[in-house]
Amino acid sequence: MILHTLNQAPANTACFQSALSAMDEQDSLLLIEDGVYWALPAYSDQLASIPGRVFALEADIRSRGVGNSTLECIDDSGFVQLCVSHHKVVSWF
Amino acid sequence: MIFSIVVQAPPIQCQGAETALRFARALLDAGHSIHRVFFYRDGVHNGSALTCLPQDEVSIPEQWQALAREHKLDLVVCIAAAVRRGLINEHEAGRYKKAHWNLAEQFELSGLGQLVEACIQSDRVVTFGGRS
Repeated sequence: MILHTLNQAPANTACFQSALSAMDEQDSLLLIEDGVYWALPAYSDQLASIPGRVFALEADIRSRGVGNSTLECIDDSGFVQLCVSHHKVVSWF
Repeated sequence: MIFSIVVQAPPIQCQGAETALRFARALLDAGHSIHRVFFYRDGVHNGSALTCLPQDEVSIPEQWQALAREHKLDLVVCIAAAVRRGLINEHEAGRYKKAHWNLAEQFELSGLGQLVEACIQSDRVVTFGGRS
């Protein structure tokens, strides 16, 4: 049960693919910083291919105006809770 | 829970250091403890005392210092990553025969062993990266 964070925009597809290949259905992905651009409608297929749950950091979603109703938005305290509920945190950047 | 934070992002040009700072505050607000914040690679620039910003911008290095003062945080800057980027303290200035030094108060220079120790002591280690 690993929490993966991704801070790279879709321009860096390799980073997303690396994270994806390391994930299983027990894991979760948290999109942060420019990583929230994966929430754009154009990338909904890629996002749907992720085996585990997908979250996004609310402040980054709001500041970039990329709202997506299918994504679970969390604030900083939610980020902390995800770190606690997963066994470890792996950052992709 | 005991957390440690690794910051590899510089205070400008990318968002990682700011995210790390917000995360650190959220950790402390939730009652968790922070064993150490370790600054590595370009993240060492968070420890500069000479960062000067326009008045309407927030200084990330000063925010780290304020948080460290308030919560007695252990802010450790990787010495090997720091000296090659021109971030030195008085001791290193003497060793390398430099006239000046710029490591901000609250930060200290140390080795990667401090990162290993932080990984051993902490329940969770969370890294905030930049691009390199």
